[in-house]
Amino acid sequence: MSLDLVQMVLFTIVTASTPLLLAATGELVAERAGVLNLGVEGMMVLGAALGFAAAVESGSTLVGALAGIAAGIALAGLFALLTIGLAANQVASGLALTILGLGLSGLVGAPYIGLKREAAPHLHLPLLSDLPGIGRLVFGQDAFVYAAALLVAGVWVFLWRTRAGLALRAIGDDHAATHGLGLPVRRVRLLAVLFGGGCAGLGGAYLSLAYTPFWAPAMTAGRGWIALALVVFASWRLGRLVAGALLFGGATVLQLHAQAAGIGLPGQALSALPYLATILALVILSLGRRAGGSTAPASLGRVFIPPR
Amino acid sequence: MRLDLAPRPRRSRLMEALSPALAFALAVAIGGLAVAAMGRSPAAAFAIYFVAPLTEFWSLQEVALKAAPLALIATGLAFCYRANLWNIGAEGQFVIGGLAGGCIAVATHGIEGGPLGTSWILPAMLAAGTLAGMAYALIPAILRVALGVSEILTSLMLVYVAELLLDYLVRGPLRDPAGYNFPQSVGFDDAARLAPLIEGENLHAGVLIALAVVLLAVVVLSRTLFGFRVRVVGAAPRAARFAGFSEARLTLAAFAVSGGAAGLAGIAEVAGRIGQLQPSISPGYGFTAIIVAFLGRLSPIGIALASLVIALTTIGAEGAQIALKLPLDLTRAFQGLLLALVLGADVLARYRVRLVPGGRAA
Repeated sequence: MSLDLVQMVLFTIVTASTPLLLAATGELVAERAGVLNLGVEGMMVLGAALGFAAAVESGSTLVGALAGIAAGIALAGLFALLTIGLAANQVASGLALTILGLGLSGLVGAPYIGLKREAAPHLHLPLLSDLPGIGRLVFGQDAFVYAAALLVAGVWVFLWRTRAGLALRAIGDDHAATHGLGLPVRRVRLLAVLFGGGCAGLGGAYLSLAYTPFWAPAMTAGRGWIALALVVFASWRLGRLVAGALLFGGATVLQLHAQAAGIGLPGQALSALPYLATILALVILSLGRRAGGSTAPASLGRVFIPPR
Repeated sequence: MRLDLAPRPRRSRLMEALSPALAFALAVAIGGLAVAAMGRSPAAAFAIYFVAPLTEFWSLQEVALKAAPLALIATGLAFCYRANLWNIGAEGQFVIGGLAGGCIAVATHGIEGGPLGTSWILPAMLAAGTLAGMAYALIPAILRVALGVSEILTSLMLVYVAELLLDYLVRGPLRDPAGYNFPQSVGFDDAARLAPLIEGENLHAGVLIALAVVLLAVVVLSRTLFGFRVRVVGAAPRAARFAGFSEARLTLAAFAVSGGAAGLAGIAEVAGRIGQLQPSISPGYGFTAIIVAFLGRLSPIGIALASLVIALTTIGAEGAQIALKLPLDLTRAFQGLLLALVLGADVLARYRVRLVPGGRAA
């Protein structure tokens, strides 16, 4: 295999990983704060629809991306109202969010089915992008990919190098004790959930603005759920999350290449690959973790009602 | 301003009954605003959604036919959700049930029948569908019990796998050889179909199956040790552990019940309304049933009522699409909103809610 071909394959893997990485990073922050939001798929798909609609209307990819983020935040706000404000069950509320997001995205996106846009432009730095091997990989991605990288770095610094990040993690581990210490449990959770929503919305917008520059109903195809699985797979750690996202991006790309190459397996079997891989990854992970016990934030999924 | 929740000493019965109705009214009001925003008359839309389907015999049948699988699946799911187990893959269990039962119909297509005649085919199909749904639901249950893998994610991933398997089979091995290359199986023989209840009408025996399962669930939940365990584990997990209830066995049983119900719903749909296998056999029944389960407050009777309400809006949506050109997705958004509101309104049964002016949120 030539150097350029390797670069091409790695390039598409990064592209396929980016929406997963965006959504999963946001969810990781929310879960670290103790909130399990199963509505990632809904926030993503609405971000994809609204992002595409806004981009077509305004002619600007940036406006589209911002609209996608706003869509995710809006749905996350509803989730926060239910689970943090009204102490509703987090699992069921997340499911409601996904169903609502799928319905709304259908409504918003209906007039835009069949329309095409130019995909988000790729960076081109004269000399650097033409470097053999790594030129395009490092210097030729679209803005979303760099945004995702910056986001992950920023979240890492925030969670593990700042006081506020420490407070957020502590709240996820023991909401009663942190409340006793005077930390604003519900406000931190609200912000973490909204942040997660914005990331999921951006991940969705990436799909309809850069990955496949058109809108199709339910085009997220379960990526929101895979992002959720990634957080578990990564044991709530960012480094493993990046590795996991690349792994799953790789599985997606592999499946596409295998389909194109027409290797004896039916297309449906290959399409099932990412889902089966998710299950397999969760199984392998839990096998490895059996000795050490669970690494999940201890308050994850539990409703907090401040005592008076 | 600050939202203050004070736990009630016990759940308010009144609020428990009122909160779904309140949520429904609120969802309808918001839906009405959305319709008005789309430039249509909300009054006309309400008439088409909620009244028109009730005025004609054929549309009443359609409501019952849509409600039956929803009630069946949601009743099964209630066993899981009550025990705080999250089977959200009922859609996949439905598909596998329909597929497994459908395979028997395809395999026996055109046979004359041996000493037993052909009367065994339909019962065998129903049994196969139920068992296949059960087995499929047991995959996430076993992974959870044995390895602690989240049942939420695995049960959902298996939905995609089931849909792809069905798609592959009806385009490949199960395709009707005389079907002009359409991706569908042969049409089932009469012996492999659920008979219409009234000659020449659509209403089939699947409705009676759903009704029977709902009644059975009422008895099981309120009168058996298994039902008692499900309720205790959900309401007071610590008490259940002290009482020595095996969490593993309960997990397996609850998943088997919900998967079996979903599988039965799947084969009833295939043997009833559809009459053959197609690339898609469900308009999302497994997911809609989650809404039905919560709208019905996880009780079988409530679920039966909720399934009728949701079925009504679904049939109404088809009418509204034709008469007012309102998109079908409006109904899906409405149902998602309804579920969100039902969950939110539940707070009224568990807490006294007060808005305290001033003060910062804690």
